[in-house]
Amino acid sequence: MEFAELIRTPRVDNVVLHRPFYPAVEGTLCLTGHHLILSSRQDNTEELWLLHSNIDAIDKRFVGPLGTIIIKCKDFRIIQLDIPGMEECLNIASSIEALSTLDSITLMYPFFYRPMFEVIEDGWHSFLPEQEFELYSCSCDEWRLSYVNKEFAVCPSYPPIVIVPKSIDDEALRKVATFRHGGRFPVLSYYHKKNGMVIMRSGQPLTGTNGRRCKEDEKLINATLRAGKRGYIIDTRSLTVAQQARAKGGGFEQEAHYPQWRRIHKSIERYHILQESLIKLVEACNDQTHNMDRWLSKLEASNWLTHIKEILTTACLAAQCIDREGASILIHGTEGTDSTLQVTSLAQIILEPRSRTIRGFEALIEREWLQAGHPFQQRCAQSAYCNSKQKWESPVFLLFLDCVWQILRQFPCSFEFNENFLIMLFEHAYASQFGTFLGNNESERCKLKLQQKTMSLWSWVNRPSELRKFTSPLFEANNLVIWPSVAPQSLHLWEGIFLRWNRSSKYLDEAYEEMVNIIEYNKELQAKVNILRRQLAELETEDGMQESP
Amino acid sequence: MEHIRTPKVENVRLVDRISSKKAALGTLYLTATHVIFVENAPDTRKETWILHSQISTIEKQATTATGCPLLIRCKNFQLLQLIIPQERDCHDVYISLIRLARPVKYEELYCFSFNPKLDKEEREQGWMLIDLSEEYKRMGLPDDYWQLSDVNRDYRVCDSYPTELYVPKSATAHIIVGSSKFRSRRRFPALSYYYKDNHASICRSSQPLSGFSARCLEDEQMLQAIRKANPGSDFIYVVDTRPKLNAMANRAAGKGYENEDNYSNIKFQFIGIENIHVMRNSLQKMLEVCELKSPSMSDFLWGLENSGWLRHIKAIMDAGIFIAKAVSEEAASVLVHCSDGWDRTAQVCSVASLLLDPHYRTLKGFMVLIEKDWISFGHKFNHRYGNLDGDPKEISPIIDQFIECVWQLMEQFPCAFEFNERFLIHIQHHIYSCQFGNFLCNSQKERQELKIQERTYSLWAHLWKNRADYMNPLFRADHSQTQGILRLPTTPCNFMYKFWSGMYNRFEKGLQPRQSVTDYLMAVKEETQQLEEELEALEERLEKIQKVQLNRTKVKSKQSEPSKHSGFSTSDNSTANTPQDYSGNMQSFLSRSPSQGDEDSALILTQDNLKSSDPDLSANSDQESGVEDLSCRSPSGGECVPSEDSGKDRDSDEAVFLTA
Repeated sequence: MEFAELIRTPRVDNVVLHRPFYPAVEGTLCLTGHHLILSSRQDNTEELWLLHSNIDAIDKRFVGPLGTIIIKCKDFRIIQLDIPGMEECLNIASSIEALSTLDSITLMYPFFYRPMFEVIEDGWHSFLPEQEFELYSCSCDEWRLSYVNKEFAVCPSYPPIVIVPKSIDDEALRKVATFRHGGRFPVLSYYHKKNGMVIMRSGQPLTGTNGRRCKEDEKLINATLRAGKRGYIIDTRSLTVAQQARAKGGGFEQEAHYPQWRRIHKSIERYHILQESLIKLVEACNDQTHNMDRWLSKLEASNWLTHIKEILTTACLAAQCIDREGASILIHGTEGTDSTLQVTSLAQIILEPRSRTIRGFEALIEREWLQAGHPFQQRCAQSAYCNSKQKWESPVFLLFLDCVWQILRQFPCSFEFNENFLIMLFEHAYASQFGTFLGNNESERCKLKLQQKTMSLWSWVNRPSELRKFTSPLFEANNLVIWPSVAPQSLHLWEGIFLRWNRSSKYLDEAYEEMVNIIEYNKELQAKVNILRRQLAELETEDGMQESP
Repeated sequence: MEHIRTPKVENVRLVDRISSKKAALGTLYLTATHVIFVENAPDTRKETWILHSQISTIEKQATTATGCPLLIRCKNFQLLQLIIPQERDCHDVYISLIRLARPVKYEELYCFSFNPKLDKEEREQGWMLIDLSEEYKRMGLPDDYWQLSDVNRDYRVCDSYPTELYVPKSATAHIIVGSSKFRSRRRFPALSYYYKDNHASICRSSQPLSGFSARCLEDEQMLQAIRKANPGSDFIYVVDTRPKLNAMANRAAGKGYENEDNYSNIKFQFIGIENIHVMRNSLQKMLEVCELKSPSMSDFLWGLENSGWLRHIKAIMDAGIFIAKAVSEEAASVLVHCSDGWDRTAQVCSVASLLLDPHYRTLKGFMVLIEKDWISFGHKFNHRYGNLDGDPKEISPIIDQFIECVWQLMEQFPCAFEFNERFLIHIQHHIYSCQFGNFLCNSQKERQELKIQERTYSLWAHLWKNRADYMNPLFRADHSQTQGILRLPTTPCNFMYKFWSGMYNRFEKGLQPRQSVTDYLMAVKEETQQLEEELEALEERLEKIQKVQLNRTKVKSKQSEPSKHSGFSTSDNSTANTPQDYSGNMQSFLSRSPSQGDEDSALILTQDNLKSSDPDLSANSDQESGVEDLSCRSPSGGECVPSEDSGKDRDSDEAVFLTA
């Protein structure tokens, strides 16, 4: 298919662009296969480049011959284009609609994007599972890398390489896979070096109504326990939901068959409930007309912060089991690809200082989200403005980023990255020139040959010029376990995401800049003082040498 | 002392309501000025001091098997839950506190016994730190339009006004006195703020006694005089900060608001800030939400909405914004009033001044602002904050709301204020503490009669002395954000207004961010200053050595490597970084291993870095005043919780969720 077929009017003059907090800009609108571009004739005003894939929904309006297109983006921005000429306007609108909903992944921009920067480090190879395994568990001989899923035959949503208990062979893994939802047998998610406790994750056990059991499954997870120790199974569903799952062949671990494990049920919402929550929240943030009481009641009704609290609480509980109780845990919900990953990755943010560094956080996303098979393509297909509500669309990853932001807010000096880093990840998960978040799992990414055909987000982010933007000046490396507060008073609306386009951030940006300056100046002085000290010491020794003969 | 039925009760337990920490066992002391709880734990002997004047309510709850619970709520939002083993003792403590918390004479208040060991001269200087006549001079007064009036000499016209007032030059004594007779409590229009750039002014008064049809020529002349004092504008705004309904109801009582037909060239405007009773109930409701034990997100947000608190804060801000805009953009003068002109009027005038004039956003300027719009203009501190036993219906968190408005602005303009959040919190604390004389009584006149300045100390001097603790590290006098007017968006940004947990949950440290950016930056700046000094010294020394190469005298290097921010990487609070009760009430954890997280609290910065000026401690630094009977160790100069112990302490933190 040629994009040209979809673009009937590639160019319109005298289009006026309206954005909040900016003066209106008049210019020429151009449509390309992947971008909507508006450039004014003045040299000094910036151009607007918008990826079609960032467009969530559009509205058209006509007043006489003047058409107006309101574009609602996946990053929650709303812009308005005034287009002279009804036909032009209609053409543009239908092109945008078609181009923003291409159904073939291989037509997406990452397959056409040619980077204008020099690749210093190929991000596709930045976080190889073997290296990560060494980083995390070099000290233990209880674990091994398994290649049982090399051809994605055992579990289609798992990566080719997973970490499992050393005592369990691949044959057993194959058996366990048949007993777990989606073939997602328990694998290692995190190894707590301090006490050797681990977080495992999996899909739900397929016990069904007649309580099927699987000896290999029991053996596998028991193999992670030290002698005489008990572990915890955290089911991210409420007991009722878990019980209901049995009717559909799913279920949960029965105490009788897993006597060494205690089960804890939490209830983290999933799918469309989260998507509706997001839609309501964004709607509340955009509504400028209501009064204070209505704002608070809409914020409450969106339930977004309730979800944040529930996810964070579960993650804290998991971290507490590991660090304070000295107990290993297994986490799963139904598929083990959504709430499970929120919990395992947030627990690591709490427990593991490395995951609070830029590189460590990238590795975490690579390991716990991309490799672990979070279906990004499905979950991030649409955002808060779309009307076509599909069951699989859900802001699971955004909720995770929001939770990270909540922790960052409470521990501003413990993270190497700043808020902008999280915002950037949110943007790229929904629309990007990079291939990183394409596909739903490693198997799909392999088939798409993303490594060969597209650029990795990490190749771009990990360049010094980009890193500078994402590095927090407040960071002081520490080895702490950081326990966030999950009280409602401590959880806040993430303004940087949800009010980003509704308020000017000028004064907050100035404050950030001031903060950077204060710290930079301090470092500069420190360097100067050190140089002078050295000089002085040298002079003094010279002095001493002259003196000694 | 005669009110203390029992000075000491042993084996009392202090319950920590928020964290899962086990109740601390200790001894409760009652002194003439404080309630003191000293923990038994031999390594810390942590002390909690509560000033009697901070006590808002005392609640004796039903006796249980463990003892008799006593709940003490404080005006600075501290909440103390004690369990006293014997019902008798509990009753004695309860009866004593009821009396101690409600003094009937000013002389009983703490400021008359508080002695910070300053000599007479220092005390007098302290009172001179803030000088309102200097402030009016700074505004550019007197000038061609405004003059200092002595019409209220000896409080002859209005006993709740100060003696020194600025009025339009054309307002004769006859006009002023005439106008005062037409205003509630004779609070005639007087200048609050003068914007010298365009001669627009903010004036304040009480409501006119207009009833349904009454007029007063002098009052009409007075408003004209205000208009004429601003040649750039042909009208003035009259802002009635009450809801229209309230103002109309007042007409039936012979009070009311200005009739636009009678006053030439006024634009009349209602703003709709609720009265003191609504505000009192609103705070009450919000505090109930803060007190909830492990509330859900919905409980909290619903309760916050239901309290209406943020709606009231926004109403006050909106009024301030309206006035600041009228003055700066329309160059129009504004007369502000409510009913008596000492609550809403004070709030609104001071918010508008703060938006207009960067001086009020500095440390000293803020003290001046409170001195001017609140203290001098007769805000009834004694009644509103219940310093002496009185009508509970008079109590209302009026200045608390103003202080919160300032905080909301600080959140929007992080570089615009010279002071930080701690400064606001400490001012709030001392409005209720009665440790300093500034906020005593209901008017200037009463304070003069009591000879406050000779008998007590000034808070402003105390805050100024400790100003290093109150600086906003992001403030730079030459920064663009610190210049001129603070401009807020015109759209109704409800989301701008946020719950201030740093104030209303300030004693629940576990709910606050565990690392404070402000404290971090303050420490960095302090180190920067040391580095600057060292750099200078090094350069000098280097120059000397290079010049006198043959000079054999060795200069011994004294400086050590500057430790990387060592000053603020110390552990300070045992509860700073321990898990909350995440498990709900589930009996999930059976075993427990020894705490391994000793290092968890290292490096954690919290607001309660326990600066020496912290009111919680400054209240302690004066044990000489009537607590000799206390046999225990006095609180040491700031380090309440030795960091060494925090590791051990942590075990007990976890106890509750394990046994729950």
